[in-house]
Amino acid sequence: MTKRVQLFVTCLVDRFYPGVGHATVAVLERAGVEVTVPADQTCCGQPAFNGGFLDDARAMARYTIDVLSKSADPVVVPSGSCADMIVNHYPELFADDPACQAKARDLAGRTYELSQFLVDVLGITDTGAHPTGRLAYHASCHGLRGLGLRDAPRALLSAAAGDRVADLPDAETCCGFGGLFAIKMPHVSNAMLQSKIEAIESSGADAVVATDVSCLMHIGGGLRRHGTPVRTLHIAEVLAGPDHE
Amino acid sequence: MSDAQPVTFHARVDKALADTALHQALSTTMNRLAANRTNAFAALPDADALRDQARRIRAHTIANLDRYLEQFTAAAERRGCRIHWAESAADAAATVVGIAKTSGVSLAVKSKSMLSEEIELNHALEAAGIRVVETDLGEFVVQIAHDRPSHIIAPIIHRRREDVAALFRDLLGATDADVATIPAMTAFARKTLRHEFINAGMGVSGVNLAVAETGSLCLVTNEGNGRMTTTMPRVHVALLGLERLVPTAGDLAVVLQLLARSATGQAMPVYTNLLTGPRRRGDSPDSRGEPDGPDELHVVIVDNGRSKLLGTELAEILYCVRCGACLNVCPVYRHIGGHAYGGVYPGPVGSVVMPGLEGLHRWAELPQASSLCGACRDVCPVRIDLPRLLLKLRAQAVQGHMAPAWLHAGMKAYSAVATRPMAWKMMGNLVGRLGAGLATHGWLSRLPGPLGAWTESRDFPAPAAKSFTNSWRPKADRKRRS
Repeated sequence: MTKRVQLFVTCLVDRFYPGVGHATVAVLERAGVEVTVPADQTCCGQPAFNGGFLDDARAMARYTIDVLSKSADPVVVPSGSCADMIVNHYPELFADDPACQAKARDLAGRTYELSQFLVDVLGITDTGAHPTGRLAYHASCHGLRGLGLRDAPRALLSAAAGDRVADLPDAETCCGFGGLFAIKMPHVSNAMLQSKIEAIESSGADAVVATDVSCLMHIGGGLRRHGTPVRTLHIAEVLAGPDHE
Repeated sequence: MSDAQPVTFHARVDKALADTALHQALSTTMNRLAANRTNAFAALPDADALRDQARRIRAHTIANLDRYLEQFTAAAERRGCRIHWAESAADAAATVVGIAKTSGVSLAVKSKSMLSEEIELNHALEAAGIRVVETDLGEFVVQIAHDRPSHIIAPIIHRRREDVAALFRDLLGATDADVATIPAMTAFARKTLRHEFINAGMGVSGVNLAVAETGSLCLVTNEGNGRMTTTMPRVHVALLGLERLVPTAGDLAVVLQLLARSATGQAMPVYTNLLTGPRRRGDSPDSRGEPDGPDELHVVIVDNGRSKLLGTELAEILYCVRCGACLNVCPVYRHIGGHAYGGVYPGPVGSVVMPGLEGLHRWAELPQASSLCGACRDVCPVRIDLPRLLLKLRAQAVQGHMAPAWLHAGMKAYSAVATRPMAWKMMGNLVGRLGAGLATHGWLSRLPGPLGAWTESRDFPAPAAKSFTNSWRPKADRKRRS
C-alpha cells in the first residue's frame, strides 16, 4: 500500500478554501498516509486550456509536471476537474513534444482525485467520520465523466452519513460553472445554477457536498445570493470530521 | 416564437431565457427523450461494445470516404439512380429545382430532412414557382407557422401542444374537436396532407445512411410520411450528405440498432425504409398490377463544406448520424433551445458543425456556449468527443485572434505568474488582502470589470487571509510545536 503521497492542492483550494486542504491532509493522514506538499505548486493550467489558450496552458502544464516530478510519489488532488486535466489533457497537450509527453504520461499514471485514491487505491470507504445533518451529493462533471468518478464519492458519503444522504434530483447535471463559461455566458450559467439550486432546495438537505470547490463556489455563491440556508462542503471536509467542516 | 430572432447570439440567448413557455416545452420533451434513451440503452446488451463498433464503422468510412462514395455511386447507378454532385448549398438547391422543372413538377412533398434546411430548399423551390409541402408533422407545423426547426429530430420541441392546437385553429380552420387530443390533431394533419401526396409530382427526402456496397438509401421515420414521399410521386429526390455512408448492409444494421435508441429511445423506428433504385420492370406488382416506386430516383450528394473537414482535427464530427441525443442531455440547450444557436444545427453537435461547415469567424460564439460538462459525449452513439472538438475550436479562435483582448492579455499574465513561484505567492497574497478588505462575511457581492458578470447573479467567495500553502506544516513540525 502506498504510504506517502504528494498533495496537489489546486489554486482555488489554496487561496479560497485552505480549510479543504487541511481537511484533505487530515483524511489522508488518518488513513495512514504520509502527506507532502510540493513547494512552488501553482495552477494546473485548466483555465487557459478550456479557453483555448494552448500556449499558456502548455507553459503551466510543463511547470506543474516539473513540480510534481521531483518525487515519484503518487499525487492526490482534492478536485476531479484538476485531476482530469492532469490525467487526460496533459499527455494530449504535448503530442508534439515526446520528452515532455513521457513525463506527462508518467504523472498522469500516478495522479488521483481524493475519493478515487481513498476507495480505489487504499480500499477505504469508512473514514470514521460521522457528519450531522442531511447531505446532498452533487456529482461534479469532470470527475464524473472525465475520470469515471461515479461510485467512490457516494460510497464514502454513504459510509459516513448512511441514510442521511439525501436524494438530489439531477445530481449529475452541470451546475453551470464551467470556468470562464460562468463569465462569458453569465445568463445561461446562472439559469443552470438556478435549476441546481431548485434541486438542492427540493432535496431537503442541510449541506451540498461535491468533490470540487469550483462547483461549490458557484453553487455556494448562488445559494447565498438566493438566501437559501444550505451549506456547501467539500467531501474532504465531511470525511475529516467536525473540526474541519 | 415565430417572431424574428435577434441578430446577435447573446440577444437570442437572453430572449430564450426569458421565454417561460419555451422552457416548459423544452423540459417536458427533453426529460422524456433523455429518459427513454437511458431505458433503451439499459435494456440493450453490450451497448458499449455496440457503440465502439459503430464508431469504428463510421471512422473507417470517413477515413476512406472517397472509395466508399465511388462504390456507392456506381452501385446506385447500376440500380437506376441518377447521381448529382453539389458542392455548395446553392448548387444543391439549384439541382433539385432543375430536376423539378425538367419533370414539369408544380407540387413537391417533403419528408423531414435537416439537409434540406441547410440548403434552404423550400425557399428555392418556391422562388421557382413550385409549391412544396412538408409532410412530417413537426415540419408541417414549422411550415404553416413560418418557423424554423429548433431540434434535429424534434423540430417543434419549442412548442407546447396547446401552441400547436392554436395554430391549427387559427391557420387551418380546425375545430375544437380536431385539436382536442394529439391523435385528433395528427388525424387532422393527415387528412390535410393526404391529397397533397396524391397530387405531388415530386417527393423530396433526406437519407439517414446510404449503403456503399448496394447503393441503397436508408430512411427512417415514425410517421410513414417518408414512405409515401419516396414511393407515391413520379420523381423522388433524395438529399444525401457527403459523409452519410456505411460500407455494407451489415454495418447499417449496427448503426440502426443505435440510431432510434439514441434519438427517441425506440428499439427501432416505426418505419425503416431501404430504397434501392427506382421502380423497375419485373419488380413485384402492386394491387393495380404495376411495380411500385417512383419512375426516377435522383440522389443529390451534398458537400457544402463537409469535404474540407476531412483530415482535419474536426473530422470526427463527420461520424455524426444526427440522432440528436447530445441535444437532449445538454444543459445549455435545455435552457436556451435550438433557435438561440442561430444555425440550422443547434446544440453541442451544431456548435461544431456550424463553424466547421461555414467558418469559425461566422460562428465564433458557438464553441463558447458549453460548460464542457461532457454529457453529450456520454450519450453519443458513435462516441464523438464533442467537448474535445469544442476545445479545438476554442483554440482555433485564440489562434485567429477572435477571443476578447482582455482575455488574451489576462491569460498571458496569469500563465506568466503561475510559472514563477515567487510572483505567484506575491500576487496571491496581494489578491488575498485586497479581497479580504472588500468582503462582507467572507463574500464579495460585486467584482470589477469582466468579472462583474459573475456577481450579477451570484456572490463570490473572498480569498482566505492565509492560503493553504502559507499555513501548512509537515506533520513532524506540527507535533514538535504542539
